[in-house]
Amino acid sequence: MLSEQNLRKLEDLRKKYPTEKALTLPVLWMIQEEHGWISPEAMKFVADLLHLPLRHIYGVVTFYTMFNSKPVGKYHLQVCTNVSCQLLGAEKLVDHVCWRLKIKPGETTADSRFTVTEVECLGSCGTAPMMQVNDRYQENLTVEKVDKLLSELK
Amino acid sequence: MPEFNEKLILPDIADLHNIEVYEQHGGYQALRKALTMQPAAVTDEVKKSNLRGRGGACFPTGLKWTFMPKDSAKPKYLCANGDESEPGTFKDRQIFEFNPHIFLEGCLIAAYAMGIQTVFVYVRGEYATWIKLLQKAIDDAAAKGYIGKNILGSGFGTEIVIYRGAGAYICGEESALMNSIEGERGYPRVKPPFPAQFGVWGNPTTINNVETIANVPVIINRGWEWFSKIGAPKQPGTLLFGISGHINKPGVYEAPTGTLLTDLIYKNGGGVRNNKKIKAVIPGGSSTNWLRGEEIEGVKMDADSLKAVGTAIGTGGIIVMDEDTDVIRVIARITHFYHHESCGQCTPCREGCGWMEKILNRFLAGQGTLADIDLLLDVANNIEGNTICALGDAAAWPVQSVIKKFRNEFEKRARKTPQAHSYVPPPHLVTAAS
Repeated sequence: MLSEQNLRKLEDLRKKYPTEKALTLPVLWMIQEEHGWISPEAMKFVADLLHLPLRHIYGVVTFYTMFNSKPVGKYHLQVCTNVSCQLLGAEKLVDHVCWRLKIKPGETTADSRFTVTEVECLGSCGTAPMMQVNDRYQENLTVEKVDKLLSELK
Repeated sequence: MPEFNEKLILPDIADLHNIEVYEQHGGYQALRKALTMQPAAVTDEVKKSNLRGRGGACFPTGLKWTFMPKDSAKPKYLCANGDESEPGTFKDRQIFEFNPHIFLEGCLIAAYAMGIQTVFVYVRGEYATWIKLLQKAIDDAAAKGYIGKNILGSGFGTEIVIYRGAGAYICGEESALMNSIEGERGYPRVKPPFPAQFGVWGNPTTINNVETIANVPVIINRGWEWFSKIGAPKQPGTLLFGISGHINKPGVYEAPTGTLLTDLIYKNGGGVRNNKKIKAVIPGGSSTNWLRGEEIEGVKMDADSLKAVGTAIGTGGIIVMDEDTDVIRVIARITHFYHHESCGQCTPCREGCGWMEKILNRFLAGQGTLADIDLLLDVANNIEGNTICALGDAAAWPVQSVIKKFRNEFEKRARKTPQAHSYVPPPHLVTAAS
């Protein structure tokens, strides 16, 4: 479930925190970075690894919006529609992305390439509207820029 | 004091994120100076400077530091709050990108003043790019002996650890932040006990905003007296104002506290797009009360001045809306945010935010009634003050203020409703009956 490299990193992290529970978020991040999402099997693995009840892991995964408890596409398009982005046309942007990919917000394309999610403020209000493609911020977006971006993502 | 134009936190120096450049411009001199002082004298300097927290609550930073026990058998912690999730706020990100070392230097000085061996920097999970930049800065500083054991031969040592959040606005609330570091869901704690007595893992803890900490090296370098004379006397220093919305030049602008809101909008921000009139301004992030366009003349951007006009400085995130803005659509979106981000512990917030969102959505669908306006206000009033943390208040205040300032817009929408009825039961009653 975790690479040798991450397991070694985990051993280093153990020295920084007084409890195993504090490693919940860091380990879940490792799982998600390796697998793209956190499966029920992965949750069980983390629970065993950190000697914690499965309900704790499940509770944490479902509490934090960035942890995917369902698989997402190769490119996770997270469009901010909060106030500053909304004022500059983010709602139209979501509509456009969904129209192009023929899916609704929260869905993944049949070829598993794209997932579109409407998200809360990403701290990019000065460069609105924007979206996050996996870890990267794409800012000052227009419909044309989005089209160009989507055609470049293979 | 003559007009103050200096930028203290984000000066216009190229490549300041580079540790060598930072050192060439006097970087880490404040740390060297602090290490020659008594820890209590460092705290005293910050206390006398009258530095106030930049996260929204404006609590005096030096006073907060004095709450930490001097002798403690337990380890002590500093948590730097870089969760930065308040809509309209994007300042800490600029510090991580353009001047991370001033922040790290501030962390080290604060740690020395309070006798802290571990500093956690809690950064929102979405800031993956900035976490990498900050980690690079930490590694560079450690390589030069500024972080680690026996810093600069002083005998004092501390480490700085980044903790990556995972998408939860509530983790910007200090006690939720501590729970998150402990590996829990981000549930705010009931206070007291306060963090200085019972913080992370029950140990004495201080939580300061990233921008607050970035001010500390400036105070140590230039002295409390110099700092205390910048801007508004009761909240001195500069603020990183984020300006967004219908504005020609959105961005983060550093200016002294007490700067005119109109100066920030028209001089820094370059005015409103397409020369339109301003309909409304949110002065300090989505949680703060709105101002109508005609109310912003002469308003100064500091805690006391904004309080006097019925709103707050918050995080300094200014959101400008032009004359064509549909304010109900905007407040519905903001309310959706609070509903989504409510942690779910307290019933008034968990349920109330959802009810407010439903009522606002009724207006958007043309189904709102006149009675809905008062119902909305009633729900907001019943959330306010009835929750463990301030998220409930943060959700209620903007709704209350929009009704107060733009009631006519609600009334206009309500009249269009096809079947007006006087009472709409709360959603849970509807579900129970059907």
